Order: sequence, then C-alpha cells, then structure tokens
Amino acid sequence: MNDNAPGSVATAPARRRLPRRRAGGSSLDPHEKRRALLLVSPAMIALAIVIGYPVVRAIWMSFQADQHVENGFFVQGGFAGLDNYKHWLLQRCGDVACPPGSTGSSFWEVVGITLFFTVVTVSIELVLGFWFAMIMNGKFRGRGLVRAAVLIPWAIPTAVTAKLWYFIFSYDGIVNHLFGAHVIWFGDKWAARSAIIVSDVWKTTPFMALLILAGLQLISDDVYEAAKVDGASAVQRFWSITVPLVKPAVVVALLFRTLDVLRMYDLPQIMTGGGAGDGNDTTTLSILVINETRNGFNSAAALSTITFLIVFGVAFLFIKFLGASATGAEPKAKR
Amino acid sequence: MRHLRTATSLVALSLVTVPLAACGGGGGGGGTSNDAFKQHLTDRGPITYVQGKVNDNATHAIIAQWNKLHPDEKVTLKEQTDEADQQHDDLVRNFDAKNADYDVVSVDLVWTAEFAAKGYLQPLTGDLAIDTDGLLDSAVKGAQYNGTQYAAPTTSDGGMLYYRKDLVKTPPTTWKELFDDCKIAKQAHIDCYAGQFNKYEGLTVNASEAINGAGGSIVDKDGKTPTVDSPEAAAGLQVLVDGFKNGDIPKSAITYTEEEGRSAFESGKLLFLRNWPYVYGLAASEASSKVKGKFDVAPLPGLDGVGASTLGGHNTAISAYSDNKATAIDFVKFLQSADIQKEYMEKGSLAPIRAEVYKDPALVKKYPYLPTLLTSIENAVARPITPYYQAVTKAIQDNAYAALKGSKTSKEAVKDMAAAIQAASSGQ
Amino acid sequence: MTTSSRWRSARTYLGVVIIVLWGLLPFYWMIVTAFRDLQFTFDTTPWPTHVTLDNFRTVFATNRGNHFGRALLNSVFIGGVTTVIGLTIGVFTAYAMARLRFPGKNAILAIILAASMFPGVALVTPLFQLFRNIGWYGSYQAMILPDISFVLPLTIYTLTAFFREMPWELEEAARIDGATKRQAFTKIMLPLAAPGVVTTAILAFIAAWNEFLIASQLSSDKTAPVTVAIANFTGSKPHVEPYTAVMAAGTVVTIPLILMVLAFQRRIVDGLTAGGVKG
Repeated sequence: MNDNAPGSVATAPARRRLPRRRAGGSSLDPHEKRRALLLVSPAMIALAIVIGYPVVRAIWMSFQADQHVENGFFVQGGFAGLDNYKHWLLQRCGDVACPPGSTGSSFWEVVGITLFFTVVTVSIELVLGFWFAMIMNGKFRGRGLVRAAVLIPWAIPTAVTAKLWYFIFSYDGIVNHLFGAHVIWFGDKWAARSAIIVSDVWKTTPFMALLILAGLQLISDDVYEAAKVDGASAVQRFWSITVPLVKPAVVVALLFRTLDVLRMYDLPQIMTGGGAGDGNDTTTLSILVINETRNGFNSAAALSTITFLIVFGVAFLFIKFLGASATGAEPKAKR
Repeated sequence: MRHLRTATSLVALSLVTVPLAACGGGGGGGGTSNDAFKQHLTDRGPITYVQGKVNDNATHAIIAQWNKLHPDEKVTLKEQTDEADQQHDDLVRNFDAKNADYDVVSVDLVWTAEFAAKGYLQPLTGDLAIDTDGLLDSAVKGAQYNGTQYAAPTTSDGGMLYYRKDLVKTPPTTWKELFDDCKIAKQAHIDCYAGQFNKYEGLTVNASEAINGAGGSIVDKDGKTPTVDSPEAAAGLQVLVDGFKNGDIPKSAITYTEEEGRSAFESGKLLFLRNWPYVYGLAASEASSKVKGKFDVAPLPGLDGVGASTLGGHNTAISAYSDNKATAIDFVKFLQSADIQKEYMEKGSLAPIRAEVYKDPALVKKYPYLPTLLTSIENAVARPITPYYQAVTKAIQDNAYAALKGSKTSKEAVKDMAAAIQAASSGQ
Repeated sequence: MTTSSRWRSARTYLGVVIIVLWGLLPFYWMIVTAFRDLQFTFDTTPWPTHVTLDNFRTVFATNRGNHFGRALLNSVFIGGVTTVIGLTIGVFTAYAMARLRFPGKNAILAIILAASMFPGVALVTPLFQLFRNIGWYGSYQAMILPDISFVLPLTIYTLTAFFREMPWELEEAARIDGATKRQAFTKIMLPLAAPGVVTTAILAFIAAWNEFLIASQLSSDKTAPVTVAIANFTGSKPHVEPYTAVMAAGTVVTIPLILMVLAFQRRIVDGLTAGGVKG
C-alpha cells in the first residue's frame, strides 16, 4: 500500500513534513503493522455496527419490491431486481412515468436542489469561515469571548435553530418588520431557499471557522516574519504561506461540510417541509428519503443507497480536484 | 483517491455477503391475516396506552380515573412527540418490531387503513367488538377498513367558518356569498379569507373541502379509484385559486398552518377563517385577542350551498401484539363512554363522537359552537380511506399547491392528482 | 503606533464586531422571544416587551412529564462520554494513520469517510431494531455508541491532518532523552496537538449535544437528552406551538455550553499554545 497515494487528502502534506517516510521506502515492520491494526480496530468496530450494518441492510433491501396490498393486506413484494432504482433514476412508476405529485417524479429536481444547497452554502461558509478564522487568530483583547460568541450558532440544537429562523423569517416576523418588507419567505422559491441558506450558513460557519483557526494556530509567526523580511506583501503572504499551510485543515472542514449539506434534513424540513415555489423547491434528498419510507421501506432503501452513491461521487470528485492541486508545486514557505 | 476506489470494491463485496445481515429487514406485519390476531384475546393485566404528546387537560385525568377503578390493570401513558409524522413513524417502527410494549394506540383517522392493512391492528370483532350505537356515523366509518372495524373512534373534529359578527350580519353559506362579503373586508382594510394552505396535511384538508363542497370527490367508494379528474373538482379548486389571484385570500396565506391563521384572525386582520374548534376558546379568551365577543362560527361554505368539512379526529386501536387484549378493549370502551366523552369536551375541547354530548345543555351553554360543530361533523367527508394514504395525500398536496401558486391550472392539477393517486394506489 | 498598524487593528476590531454581531443577533432575538408572553409570540418590537418568566417555568415544569433538568444532565453525560471515548479512539486511529505504515490504510481511510455519506435519517430504523433486540432500548449506550460513530470520521480526519503537520522530530528527540514511545507521544506530542485536539473535542461534544434522530427513538423518559425534551414541549392546546418556550429552552441549552467553551478556551488552548508551537 502506498503511503503517499497521489490526491489523498490527508497524506499530501505528509511528504513535506516527513521526507524520511518516502514512498517505496524500507519494508513494512510487522510490529508496526500489528500495533496499527490494534489502534484502528475500535473505530472500525464502532463504525461497522452503527453505519456498516444499516448500509449493507439498505443495499439488500433496495433489491426487494415494496409490500403491496392483496385481499386488503400488505404482502411482501419479493425480489425486484433494479425496479426500485428505475423508480428513481428513470422516474418510472410501474409501467408509466411518475406523475407530478408522486415522490418519484421529483427525484432529479431534488438532486439538483441538494447540489445547489451544497455548492452555495459551502462556498459562502468557506469564505466567511476563513475570514472569521483570520480575525480570531489575530491578537486582540477578549479573544476568548469572541471565540465563544462565534460558537453560539453551532451550539444551539438544529431543531431550535430551525424554529428560530422560521420565526425570524415568518411573514409577521422580525426580518420583514425591520426592513419594512412584505416578503413571503417560505412561499417563494428563491426566498425560501435563501432563508434556508442563511440559516445553514449562520449555524455552520463557526464549524468551518474553528477548524481553520486550529490550522492557523499551527503556523509559527516566524514564517510570516521571515517572509516579511524577504519583502513579501500581505497578499503574497496569504497565498504563499497561509493558504498552503492551512490547506489540510481547510480540506477536511470543506469535505465534511459538503457531506453534511448533501444529507441536510432538519433545517428545510422544519422551515418549509420541503415546500415553497412549485411545491418541492426546498426538498433535499434526505427529506425525500423520509417521505418515501412512509410509502415503502425498500424503495426508500434504494433512495438511501442512491444518495450514498451521489455523496460518494461528490466526495470522489472533491478529493480528486483538491487533492490534485495539493500535490502540485511545493510551497516556498518553510517553518 | 486510491482509497475511494478500494472502497468501491468493498461495497461490491458487501453485496455478496449481505443476506447474513438481512434478516429482520423492514416491512413486517404482512400476510393475509396476522397470527397474532388470535392470541391473548382474553388476557388481562397492565397495559400501555400510546398517543402523541398530551396537549389537553383531559387525558391525564381520564387515565387516572381508569387506574383508580382498575388497580390490577393499570394503564401507563406513553407520550410521543407532538409531530404527527413522527408519531406515525414511531408507531410503524414499534409495530414492525412486533413490540408488545404498545398495547393501545391512538391512531390518526388517516393512518387507520394503512395500519390495518399492515396487520398491526387487532380487528374489533367477536369478543372485542365495540357497540357503535349512539356514535356518530362518520366517526365509526372512519375507523373501518374493508368493512371491518379495526379501531374505535375516540375523538372527532370538523372545520368551521369563523367570521366577524361585528362586520358581517349573516354568515355566508356559499363561496359566492363569502367572496361578495370581501368588500366589507376592503372597507375595514383587513384581509378577507384564509384557511390552511401551506404544503402539509392541512392543505389536503382544505383542498378536499373545496373539491367536495363543489360536488366533486377525490376517490371512489373503494378508496382507491381516483374520481378527482372532474369538472366539479376543478371548479372547487378554482375557487381557492381565484381567491389567491384576486387577493381575497392574502398572498401570505400560502404559508398558513392553523396557527398563522388563528394569529391573523385574533389580531383582527382577517374577516373569515376556516379552522378547527380549538380556535374558539382561544380567540374568546386570550389577552392578545382583539376579536373577543366579535366573532362567531358557521358551517363551511360550498359552491351551491353549505359545504362539507373534511373529517378529522383520532381512533383508538389495539395492537395485534398486545399481551392483554381483554384489558385493552375495556379501556377503549371506557374512552368511548358518555362520561369520558363529556370530559374530553369539557377539559380538553376535544370533539366528542357521541351526538348526545353535543346536545348537553350545560355544555352548549359553555361552548356555543357545539351545534355548528355537530352539523359540520355530521356532514363531513372523510379523506380517502386507503392503505396508501401517505402517497395519496402527497398527490393532493403537491398538485393543489401548484394550482394555488398559479404554476398549473386547476384542470391540470386535478388531472395530475388523479394520475398520482392512481400510481399511489397501485403501490408504485 | 504607525498608521498602518492602527489601520490594521481598526480593521481587526471591525471584524470582531461583525463576528460578535453574527453570533449574537439571532441569539438575542431568541432570548427576547424566550422572555415574551406566549400570547404575544409574533410581537416584533425589537426589544423585550410583555416580559415574563413563564416560558422558563414551562421549560422546567415537571407536571406534564417533562424533566428538563434531568435531560440537561443526560445531555452533559452523553456528550461527555461520547467526547472522551470518541476522542480517545480517534487519537489512536489518527496516530496510526499519520505515523505508522501498514497495509490497507487507504481503504480504512475511505471506509471512515464513507461512514459520513449515508443519509443519517436512514440509520434510525435499523438501529432501533438492532438495539431493541439486544435490550439496549432506553439505555445511555444506545445513544452513546451511535454518537461516537457519528463523530469518529470528523475526529479521525481532523486529528490525522493535524498529526501530519506536527514536528515529529521532537518525539525523536524525547526518545533519545530516554522517554518511551508512549511517553514521548503523550507528554510531548499530544500537548503540541492541543489546538487541534481541543477544537475536535468541542466539535464532537456539540455534535453529540445536538443529536436528535437516534435519541428520539431510543431514549426513555429517564435517559432522554435535551433535544428530545425540547421536541416534547407542548402548549396547552392542540396546534398551538409554544415557540416562546422552545426559545427559552434553546437559551437554557446554549448558555452552559458557551460557559464551558469559554472555560476550555482560556485554560487549555491559550495556555498551551502560548508555550508551544507559537513560541
């Protein structure tokens, strides 16, 4: 196994730090191997029970047909092949195209909405989070207080956050009142999406900021001083020192936020129930999964599996894209 | 990147090994009838009663009474959240696990058919039969599936038209009269009419009322053949669409659930409101209400005459997996008894299922809306009684919502509704 | 002070003000609503009006079967245990990932990441059945084990990234001075990793603190955490959502967390970084 697989997020910087552990180095030490497996196994066991088992079960269920009514009672559907997947991907409801008002008909729209939420919220959070982290990394009085203040949004349980913002954006709410507006936030497509994006960005930017801040704290002041002596401008210092050195932290934060938004449920569910616009304009994949479990566990399992694959695909592209640039030019800065 | 590729093959590998993990996979219940139907029919002992979060002052007291009378067959109350969807999912999860902890459950009218068809509910036949004498007919039918009584009606509900009696002399009986009165609202600089139009169960209720009130219907008597693609149904839906278009229904009403409408009505910003009976007491007493003594209720309007409310309410059912079904049925009957029904009304403002309670002079004096409510419930139309209700209600909501937003015509909406109900009813 | 540094500190303070407003404004509205009479829920006066403590009384009232005080303790317990165990396991794994060479490392990293890809809403039913069958229903571990699994991927990835960034030469140096490998790690390296570890701990604790889906299905009245308790608030009438009480509960839940973070920040992060990497 290659320790420095190109593009792997976490390994890319390792080459800089640990030149002695070069790819294709000395042969594997059996003690090291045993110790590693010992260290890794608790995590793997926990994940196998809580995540592995349900995932495997969902995959198996996704190839079974949903129960259907015979003589007034539901009976097991039997093997379904790819029918459940066709229901979603090809939007087939039996022999006909899924009519408007069925869960199947909204699948691709929902995929688009979910990706839209992901791209927009994660981008905004990255920029804001970076900026927050830079400020918090500075020296000023009351740093601890500021760091606590920034955590407030993250600390409030999501369900409460959703209700808070539902309240703030309601027609008779404080936003319309303060701005003298009469926007029906949860009726209009873009207004509703904006409200959800604002709430999500508000809630999770602290997460991003905190992880980036922890990365910034690893950078020694000497590096900046040295660059300053070399005559590098603030902008140059940012791009040639700060960005490459916090990149591992940023990539981790970005990656996990992306995975989270792709699976977002509570905020849109509580704020709009997935509605607004033409009726499904804020429905995310997770909301669709829950709606579908009320129709049939097996087709819902197929949707969960598809969601899993979509998220997997995005993560793959993500790592390929960001990983590729991470293995690019070696940063000039030294510690 | 390599590690993702490795994982792909791991996923593929796990496909082969799954049947190991697959036992106990979702679904459950099943079969043309449930073996559990024959078990524990005469057993007695302590039981658990499950319902959504108690938000009335009656339920706790009623259970305490039972426990006092039956010290050896005590009822423990298990409260779920107050979200209907979460209650539904919690019940399914527990029934599916054949959980004997849930003996008696409170079931929303519209879930009864689904749960019955899944074999979760003990049929109330033979020794477990209930006496339906004196019960409201619509409520009794709402607890049946395929001609069998699977649950016992416990509380009912019906929509009423709240109106400002200080501004409107005689309440409207048709939509035309109602919207004619909107000029009064204009003069008073308030909005005219609102109901529940947010995309949730409330919209199914309101859209069904509009459709039924115009002589249309959603499904045939069999509960699954869609009949909604008709000129009458389109005309009914069109009433609401027009209301939104010409401003008689305020634009913000597209986000209204029960509470937003009540808030608007109580703050004096609304002339007419379609809502449930719970609003009456609050609007008459809350300090923040500006319409105290200025409002009254009437039956809902229809296209050519008095309309029809959608039937609401809860049934009580016995789990097929209960270990003490004899106690369970006694408790169910206890909840249906005249005294308890009266208590539900008095302490909890929950609409009774016995006609006699509505005519109790003392109660009518305290709750003057009772006769109107009785009319509403007696004429109420049930929502489709189908095991695929969750898909059917989505079909109604999605398409009605699109029509109200103007992104499709009423005609297209009822056509799509019919197609989606058809797809849903065939289990697709 | 030069003009440029004065300008820089002015800019910093402007940023600080914006950050504080960002965190506090909606929170302020939450508090204002929490102190407002339920009947005036939709009052939009920007400062406190119709002030009452009723909502807080509702929050802590036990006559309707809610035990918010106990729920708070449950949340602290579940969050604390999750954080300690999750972080310990996470440090193990991350150390192996960052420092040891062994076959299958990339596959393990991928599996850990993939654990964050399945829709969480689809985990509830299978876990419910699994834990019911083994008699864990209503127990703390029925929530703690899933919570640990939910925080592990992030914990491991963050810690691995941090461990890789650290000057491991110091560990070698300590070993030359006679420390065992474990001592070198726990005495020298772990404190150096403090910013990353503490940040991860805070994120993990809050994640466990906020978990609702699993807890709502697997907790009993005795073990329910605050998220479940809040969801169970109810008004005295059907349909009437007690927003004001929910906001009061949100306030009660948030403030101890903020205090805890404050304590953590001052004592650990600032203290350790002062003498550590930054020096």
